[in-house]
Amino acid sequence: MSTSMSALDLARVQFAFSVTFHIVFPALTIGLASFLAVLEGLWLKTRNATYLQLFDFWVKIFAIAFGMGVVSGVVMSYQFGTNWSGFSNFAGPVTGPLLTYEVLTAFFLEAGFLGIMLFGRQKVGERAHFVATLMVAVGTLISTFWILASNSWMQTPQGYEIVDHRVVPVDWFKVIFNPSFPYRLAHMAIAAFICGSLVVAATGAWHLLKGRRDPAVRKMFTMGLGLLLVLAPVQALVGDAHGLNTREHQPAKIAAIEGLWETERGGTSLNLFGWPDMEAETTHYALKVPHLGSLILTHTWDGEIKGLKSFPREDRPNSTIVFWSFRIMVGLGLLMIAAGIAGFVLRRRGRLFDARWFHRLMVAMGPAGFVSLLAGWVTTEAGRQPWVVYGVMRTADAVSPLSAQQVSVSLALFVAVYFAVFGSGVYFLVRVLLAGPGTHPPEGGGVGDQTRTPSLDNRRAARG
Amino acid sequence: MLDLSLIWAGVIALGVLLYIVLDGFDLGIGILFTLFDDDHERNVMVNTIAPVWDGNETWLVLGGAGLFAAFPVVYAAALSALYLPLVLMLACLIFRGAAFELRGRARRSRHAWDLAFCGGSAGAAFFQGVVLGAWISGFPIVNREYAGGPFDWLTAFNLFVGLGVVLTYTVLGCGWLIYKTEGDMQRRLFKLMSPLIVVLLGAVAIVSAWTPLHSPQIAQRWFSTPNLFWFLPVPVVAVLAWFGTRIGVKREHPLLPFAMSLLLVFLGYSGLLISLWPNLVPPSLTIWQAAAPRESQAFALVGVAIVLPVILAYTAYAYWVFRGKVRPGDAGYH
Repeated sequence: MSTSMSALDLARVQFAFSVTFHIVFPALTIGLASFLAVLEGLWLKTRNATYLQLFDFWVKIFAIAFGMGVVSGVVMSYQFGTNWSGFSNFAGPVTGPLLTYEVLTAFFLEAGFLGIMLFGRQKVGERAHFVATLMVAVGTLISTFWILASNSWMQTPQGYEIVDHRVVPVDWFKVIFNPSFPYRLAHMAIAAFICGSLVVAATGAWHLLKGRRDPAVRKMFTMGLGLLLVLAPVQALVGDAHGLNTREHQPAKIAAIEGLWETERGGTSLNLFGWPDMEAETTHYALKVPHLGSLILTHTWDGEIKGLKSFPREDRPNSTIVFWSFRIMVGLGLLMIAAGIAGFVLRRRGRLFDARWFHRLMVAMGPAGFVSLLAGWVTTEAGRQPWVVYGVMRTADAVSPLSAQQVSVSLALFVAVYFAVFGSGVYFLVRVLLAGPGTHPPEGGGVGDQTRTPSLDNRRAARG
Repeated sequence: MLDLSLIWAGVIALGVLLYIVLDGFDLGIGILFTLFDDDHERNVMVNTIAPVWDGNETWLVLGGAGLFAAFPVVYAAALSALYLPLVLMLACLIFRGAAFELRGRARRSRHAWDLAFCGGSAGAAFFQGVVLGAWISGFPIVNREYAGGPFDWLTAFNLFVGLGVVLTYTVLGCGWLIYKTEGDMQRRLFKLMSPLIVVLLGAVAIVSAWTPLHSPQIAQRWFSTPNLFWFLPVPVVAVLAWFGTRIGVKREHPLLPFAMSLLLVFLGYSGLLISLWPNLVPPSLTIWQAAAPRESQAFALVGVAIVLPVILAYTAYAYWVFRGKVRPGDAGYH
């Protein structure tokens, strides 16, 4: 028993580790792909060379991040089988087809047009190249759709029956559009766009601090901030709606997030801060605000929220983790809203490119999107425990019959490989960011070092 | 009622074949890195696949996802049975995939990334072969779960199949490069092709002889009387492929060696399918026993029927856009 427990723990650590590394790259590429499509569209419409210059710069970042996302994603598509055969056997009839749709409608689309987007501008003409960029951007969003459908179904399953110890889908529409799906999809897609906007704004800010004031740098700074100004408040509203949805379908998760043990009558207070203790069944050092919990989670003055004690011990998620991961996410979210507004005010006053304190702040905020996104995922995934399919299958029953040695060998291997490979990837990515776009806009066709122009002779030979 | 399980087995078989062919020459180029240490030549080699390698690797993901959707038992049991070789294969693919993006940007670590590209490609090919060998050998499944040990895959036969796949991919890569290059580089590749194909044929012969010895079930499939006549042309076609390659090399035909190596791969692959049929996992789990519920197979199959032709169309378009020879300095990774 003890060995199978530790194999389970190791498998969980391995999954958390590999998915954490993985999600950072798609989060960046989802936002960047659309940003690139906008840049290229604007270039074709206005013929302002700055847009092309920015495209050539960001496409390099995109290429690295996309490559990292692909190779870490291949691991994910096999890990359900290698480490979670119990889950695959049981829930494969639902999650398998969803993953297949993701591969068919998204992965191939992205990969198929990526080559043209990166290397084909001189070969296919402007419009076809723009279509390729659009296809890549659409592919990233389709991918988000399917993977969130799958994840949401694991959180709020419906549209299935259990026959012969496995899930049998009976209504695919209900499976895909399960109760939490719209909220989760919107929340994640917006989060990805915010991640992108923060990276773009931070890069602009860095080069402003270094003294550059050329149009490319100014444009990326204002574009990043503009998107942040709009999306950060929208994200707060979507998050709020998601919270109401979670209270309805996963009340234990909400109780754990709030570090709430007793079901309080006549209005629930909110623990702003504190230290939930799973053993002692209490939240130490709690800083309480009366009625605020009800106000936020039920939108009423005295709405009732169930405390953790109303759930059996073995069904409670770890409150210590999700209490804090949730507060990290929300805290950073509020900071993003403030940064967006500050940028707007500075812009109105005409000081956007001079306020060094603000540039420093935005450089520091560069990774905030990723931190917030990861904290959010920790909240929702750790908050789902002890279930892998909520209320239907426990995580402990999902693991493969592997020995702890096998899993620890592979975990050690993944840790070493991931830090070496993705560490280098991030290093090169940051190096390109810090080098910045060229100081002069490209003339005519537009060329980055990724898309070196083949000579006309070569083009003729290629056509012939 | 349509036999969805059979159709799905066909779809996955097609997906795996496309993977072997497409990522095969792709990985082969990494393996051939050992023989070309000039930086410009290596750039040309990488740039022949720069626009397409991502798509090529996606067929592997489709294989995994297709199994997951249509035959979840196999996905669950086989992947735990082959845990370590698969993990090692994925690790190799990570190194290699990252090297595409990073080797051109690295200065001091350029050499290390070349090594990662080469070692990752060779390692991925080798472990794919080990997985293939272990699959042919079969493994016990009890109550929908793998019931063997963690090192059951570590046999002489499986390791030899691993080497066989490395050789196969090398030949495919060599054929592809002959097609995509010119001049001195192409001449050297032509010279390389003749001995490579002989060694490959030898390896294929050994695997073909070893497989029936290894598994009585497969021996019976191949050597019972009515079947034997149907399979008689197989060695004949193999010899034809060898002659074709020799002619292609002698006349310096740019496409013939690649076409012949593809023929050999088709041949080996169809032999493999014949050996496995009607099992999805030997010795005893058939395509129908492993099937997911009909609702799952049908839903995913609708997607395949609609989307797969579209995928094939734009994949073909991408290859069309980047047709022709690749020269030093052409668009690609640098």
